[in-house]
Amino acid sequence: MSQKVLLNATEVHIALQRLACQLIENHDTFENTVFIGIQPRGIFLAERLKHLLETDYKIKDVQLGYLDITFYRDDFRRSDKTLEANTTNINFIVENKKVVFIDDVLYTGRSIRSALTAIQSFGRPDEIELLTLIDRRFSRHLPIQPDYRGRQVDAIGEEKVKVCWVENEGEDAVYLVSE
Amino acid sequence: MSELSVNHLLGIKYITEEDIQLIFETADRFKEVINRPIKKVPSLRDITIANLFFENSTRTRLSFELAEKRLSADVINFSASSSSVKKGETLIDTVNNILSMKVDMVVMRHPNPGAGVFLSKHINASIVNAGDGAHEHPTQALLDAYSIRERLGDVSGKNVVIVGDILHSRVALSNIFALQKLGARVKVCGPQTLIPKYIESLGVQVEGNLRKALEWCDVANMLRVQNERMDISYFPSTREYTQQYGLNKALLDSLDKEIVVMHPGPINRGVEITSDVADSKQAIILDQVQNGVAVRMAVLYLLASKIKRDED
Repeated sequence: MSQKVLLNATEVHIALQRLACQLIENHDTFENTVFIGIQPRGIFLAERLKHLLETDYKIKDVQLGYLDITFYRDDFRRSDKTLEANTTNINFIVENKKVVFIDDVLYTGRSIRSALTAIQSFGRPDEIELLTLIDRRFSRHLPIQPDYRGRQVDAIGEEKVKVCWVENEGEDAVYLVSE
Repeated sequence: MSELSVNHLLGIKYITEEDIQLIFETADRFKEVINRPIKKVPSLRDITIANLFFENSTRTRLSFELAEKRLSADVINFSASSSSVKKGETLIDTVNNILSMKVDMVVMRHPNPGAGVFLSKHINASIVNAGDGAHEHPTQALLDAYSIRERLGDVSGKNVVIVGDILHSRVALSNIFALQKLGARVKVCGPQTLIPKYIESLGVQVEGNLRKALEWCDVANMLRVQNERMDISYFPSTREYTQQYGLNKALLDSLDKEIVVMHPGPINRGVEITSDVADSKQAIILDQVQNGVAVRMAVLYLLASKIKRDED
């Protein structure tokens, strides 16, 4: 197994700053905007962005929820293992809100497809956008594209993109891992 | 550990502590789902479930049906009173006929103990026992233990007394297995005639005096007096039963701690439990009912994920 650095800590931070600025361009005061971190890996990125907006740009009270998509996935009973669910924690209604889905890696697009179904249980949003730190090009199974992307990468089938966070893995970095 | 060790839920006896914990963790997720504005998830949309009730039931059947529908499964219902069972068809024939209509899971209640185990050896579908005679009622025990966990934080180390008709109760037996596997201590309390002889071999102590039992326990599970299963008289009169084994407010208030009161329903108000106790803050009877749906969703979800898809 070998791994190659796609983004180091500095590059991750630059990407986060840029994503935060792009969000501000489109959402101004974030009055009617809610962030939805996709479980399990999108929540770190969502929390980071919320924190960044609060500290560096003085934008307070961005609502943030965690959405687990396990029960909406389209591969139930197709994999050998039982799909294990994570916590969903959305204590607001998304009716008439601008929703930003936040996930670390966009690959086939199937998770986002599931999330689009799952979010409907919490109301009818005005619009939904997608923010992803890593966009794996040419690997989509569905017509889904991000509105905000940190970095676009070309990874072939067997390669994996691993996103690490200080609060979880002890460092901020993105690796390309091949078997 | 992310899947059940069994393909059927026939009884608590046949599953492990890890299985129970997995069911609880999954039920936590479903409890959140059923409190959403839209309470339905599409997980089991390609699964068909038959509810076979060879014995009357209201809440268990409704609870299972609701759990199935909230998981988007297709549901067919069957009750023995309106079926060919009356015409002499055997259990295996009845079930095989239903399965030939491409059913993936069977939820069954049956008056004969062991009906689920018997069926699991002869048919090719995942079976959930919804009560078999006086044997087991696993989902009831799971939801009872889940409700204790929810109220007290943990089941391990707690003292639980099961009061009343232990002899005819599948709820009691399943509860004993579940609570012990989770590390709780269990006592039973009731008239000698309604305590099975073998009960001590399960590691359960018998307490004849309700007050002493309540002073010892953290949780009291008051069972229903099952008049319909009593072919002979097990105690002199209902009034005498109530005086000795009924839980009333005065008795509850005289304890020096707040115990949790449970009842699997349906309640005979004024017999095993008085109205003021059943409706008090200490009673978690309606929480049990709500948790029943979440726990049954978890059981069905985890079992369904083990059904292999047809290769086509």
